[in-house]
Amino acid sequence: MIDKNKILFALPMALAFTGGISSVQAATLDDVEARGNLNCGVNVGLSGFSSTNENGTWQGLDVETCRGIAAAIFNDPEKVVFTPLTAKERFTALQSGEIDVLSRNTTWTATRDNSLGLNFTTTTFYDGQGFMLDKSLGIKNLEDLDGASICIQSGTTHELNLADYFPSRNINIDTVTFDTPDQTAQGFASGRCDVLTSDTSQLSALRLQLPNPDSVEILENLISKEPLGPVVRQGDDQWFDIVKWTIFAMINAEELGVTSENVDDMRNDPPSPQVARLLGVDGNYGEQLGLSNDWAYNILKHVGNYGEVFSHTVGEESPLNISRGMNALWNEGGILYAPPVR
Amino acid sequence: MLRSSSRKRGALWRDPAFRALVFQAILLLALLALITMIVLNTMANLESRGITTGFGFLNERAGFSIPQTLIDYSGDSTYARTFVVGLLNTLLVSIMGIIAATIIGFAVGIARLSTNWLLAKLAAAFVETFRNIPLLVQILFWYFAVLQALPSPRQSLSVFDTFFSNVRGLVMPDPQPLPGFAATPWALLAAIVITIALAVFARRRQARTGKALPIYWLGTATIIGVPLAIFLVTGMPLEWSVPELTGFNFRGGVTIIPEFMALWLALSIYTASFIAEIVRSGIQSVPHGQVEAANSLSLPGSITLRKVVIPQAMRVIVPQLTSQYLNLIKNSSLATAIGYPDLVAVFAGTALNQTGQAIEIVAMTMAVYLIISLLVSALMNIYNARTLLKER
Repeated sequence: MIDKNKILFALPMALAFTGGISSVQAATLDDVEARGNLNCGVNVGLSGFSSTNENGTWQGLDVETCRGIAAAIFNDPEKVVFTPLTAKERFTALQSGEIDVLSRNTTWTATRDNSLGLNFTTTTFYDGQGFMLDKSLGIKNLEDLDGASICIQSGTTHELNLADYFPSRNINIDTVTFDTPDQTAQGFASGRCDVLTSDTSQLSALRLQLPNPDSVEILENLISKEPLGPVVRQGDDQWFDIVKWTIFAMINAEELGVTSENVDDMRNDPPSPQVARLLGVDGNYGEQLGLSNDWAYNILKHVGNYGEVFSHTVGEESPLNISRGMNALWNEGGILYAPPVR
Repeated sequence: MLRSSSRKRGALWRDPAFRALVFQAILLLALLALITMIVLNTMANLESRGITTGFGFLNERAGFSIPQTLIDYSGDSTYARTFVVGLLNTLLVSIMGIIAATIIGFAVGIARLSTNWLLAKLAAAFVETFRNIPLLVQILFWYFAVLQALPSPRQSLSVFDTFFSNVRGLVMPDPQPLPGFAATPWALLAAIVITIALAVFARRRQARTGKALPIYWLGTATIIGVPLAIFLVTGMPLEWSVPELTGFNFRGGVTIIPEFMALWLALSIYTASFIAEIVRSGIQSVPHGQVEAANSLSLPGSITLRKVVIPQAMRVIVPQLTSQYLNLIKNSSLATAIGYPDLVAVFAGTALNQTGQAIEIVAMTMAVYLIISLLVSALMNIYNARTLLKER
């Protein structure tokens, strides 16, 4: 079922490419406004980033990014249609125009940015590839993994990182490849492999799905840089800017102390010129993007700033409880840094 | 003159055969033009969207590993090699599946017609169970419910401490040929040639004199005996690499991964349930008079089945068997569901995602399945032509 879909999936894409050339440069913003909703590609299920709760509502960091974009355009965070995609489907879905933006814990790499006709906007989560294994094995170092079987999701950068890291250190490993994060976790839980590898954020999420989360640990060693962020098609700079500045607005808001709680007060009485510009009291920064000037106000009112979103999706208010680490603001020890609104 | 020439021209235009030719040529040209337009338009569109095209990626380093490879492969190999590895894995599971499905299918199909009530009902239950459950569900059943329920490597089920079965697969001793072993496969080849020659001789002799040679026993004895004798004479130049539990997993020996086992079992059993019905229908299509005629000649039951019933049943069986073989090959692409590294999983999956060149990769994958299926179809048609009723 799964693989056949994949081939069937590629066909409409191929057909889309065979269509007229004129549609290529069409403005995505116009399409989205005419349609009345944003089509956003997300992960099929990765708690903390994109998963459905018991009511069937999508939630997670990547999902909130989509809601932020919808809020900036429509002043309504619910005008998003989420398309769950596997790692293998994601780029074709974006290339073919099935989705407007891909917000699916996707690592920014040179090949993906340069040869797929896509553009990475900015990073929403700085991650690294880690390893999860059973505590009872007593392994603390990657060097001790010689002979281990490693479960991995197909079509990810992790597959490439593994093949880079271990052979060059003369460590023999067997890889077992699965299609979705859930299948990969199931393979690990059933003992098909000793080790599960993925981004550490994913490991924290997958760990919660295990029958006994306390029996496993995540090693300290990271073997790669994995900057995750939303992706758009090449050739539409306005749309690229809208997605990028939605995230910048959320990060700047955290830095300026604007939250979903105090955003109304802040707009009525801006404490600083920066806040006034961000919230559209001063200047026409929204119009420059082709949006209304209260674009950032709408994002913050409906979705919240980056810190709020991080906290309730993957941070301390969530079951994942991932620390801010690299994802803290630049002035708080992290590397999160957004250009100023001015 | 004038009359005849004008009549000639008129005749050409009015000639239905000529007209048909013209229309077909026009249609063909239009079709070619359409295909050319689609290809050119697609390339122009891909170019304008900044998407890399072409088959250059096949020479690039793939950079990911594959759990089961029949040829040497590492992360440093090229995408072209990834393609070959995936193709071989598809062929492996397809050929093994076809062999197993044929054997099980014939056995069950004949069992369904048995006069033994229990055997017939068991065979019927087999058919009705396995052909009525979706294949994907069966694959997931064998993989997650059966094979993943096996113990961990440290608690392996073992037979004589040489065969081990665990959640990582079936580990068994791996024969390592030593110098001088080459003689044995050659002896096997020679024995097969001798057996074929013997069979031809036996058939001619029987046609001439009516005397039968016990060719099955002779053939079996030759095929087993000759290589075995050579093997012993050359001093048994074979070493067994016996699996040993070290650290995480077994070292040495050869491991059959559970993904292969699950896919193979599911494909074989699912297809066998259809083949069983085809075999049954084939046998039942042979008029009962044929069996009665054989009985009245007091031919034994086994010879009646082998020489009278099955050759006639094959005419009904073979065309349908072809479809089942083709289905099995195509169904092997369900491998992705459990992570067996077949062509679709490795090439149309991982390689596609790493390179992003969907059109080229999907086209290559489709071409492969098309070519394999056409080849199987052609082979089966040749066989079918041979078993057809020869009207003299």
